[in-house]
Amino acid sequence: MFEAQIKVTLKKTVADPQGQTIKHALESFGFSGIERLRMGKFITVTIKAKDQAEAKAQAEKMCQKLLANPIIEDYSIEVKPL
Amino acid sequence: MKFGVVVFPGSNCDQDCFHVIQDVLKQSVEYIWHKTTSVDGFDCLIIPGGFSYGDYLRCGAIARFSPIMELVIKFANKGGLVIGICNGFQVLLEAGLLPGAMMRNTNLHFICKYVDLKVDSTETPFSSEYKKGQVIRIPIAHNEGNYYIDEKGLAELKKNDQIIFRYVTNPNGAMDDIAGIVNKERNVLGMMPHPERSSEDALGSHDGKLIFEGIVKWLQTSPRLVDTRHPSPSSMERGMNPPKAEKGVRND
Repeated sequence: MFEAQIKVTLKKTVADPQGQTIKHALESFGFSGIERLRMGKFITVTIKAKDQAEAKAQAEKMCQKLLANPIIEDYSIEVKPL
Repeated sequence: MKFGVVVFPGSNCDQDCFHVIQDVLKQSVEYIWHKTTSVDGFDCLIIPGGFSYGDYLRCGAIARFSPIMELVIKFANKGGLVIGICNGFQVLLEAGLLPGAMMRNTNLHFICKYVDLKVDSTETPFSSEYKKGQVIRIPIAHNEGNYYIDEKGLAELKKNDQIIFRYVTNPNGAMDDIAGIVNKERNVLGMMPHPERSSEDALGSHDGKLIFEGIVKWLQTSPRLVDTRHPSPSSMERGMNPPKAEKGVRND
């Protein structure tokens, strides 16, 4: 059994109004050193697979098919045994 | 002539579309549940607004894999008329029938109000009843209407005259003020504003009705577009080439 941790984030070239607003909110609390803030999604998937590579390959397919929209989003996957 | 209104779990503008087609336009219309396995006999499919599958993951992302969508894609590829409104537009983007993607409105608010749109192209079955450059009033109601497409894609849209409606005052951050686009073949329209909510004077505007009237007129004057039961090469060809108004002819 493996757990895939998937991060889906907006591409750097795409404006992120949510991230912008959160950044402003933090700044209004006095956090002045914020360079950049980007909002994204974090998805965990528990996968039955024979090894880590197979689990990763499955997670990769999930991202391509559904979890990320390649027009506006990037994704990264980390797989660890459970 | 028969319209079909696709219904997903979470669609909520399906009844409005149905009402306009049946009671305002006096045309035949049926609901199509998303698990239906055939769209035979329909001439125009409407993907209505709402919150299909709760807008989970991304708007339209789950609905796009509903069984009906494979049929909608086939229907569109044969030249059948498809119109996606609001959430329906988002579904068509996710399905790849139209280029680009939807982002959250730049002000992060759900915006529900009448907006002015400029008609940028009348050379589609959907916009033929307008005049080029005409300003029309149709309401929007969305949280994710901030249309995004990369530079190359935008250039392509402009080159092919695929931008049909633009916001006069951009409410949501949409690239190039885009409110509605068609595919290259011009038989699939996606638009964020709701023409079904502005098809009767009682609702404050009937500007949206002209979209549906355009479709009816086009279906009446064109030979039957799609016969999915017996597709013939000629009917497919006709479907892919909607009649285009000749440039410069209309001075009205």
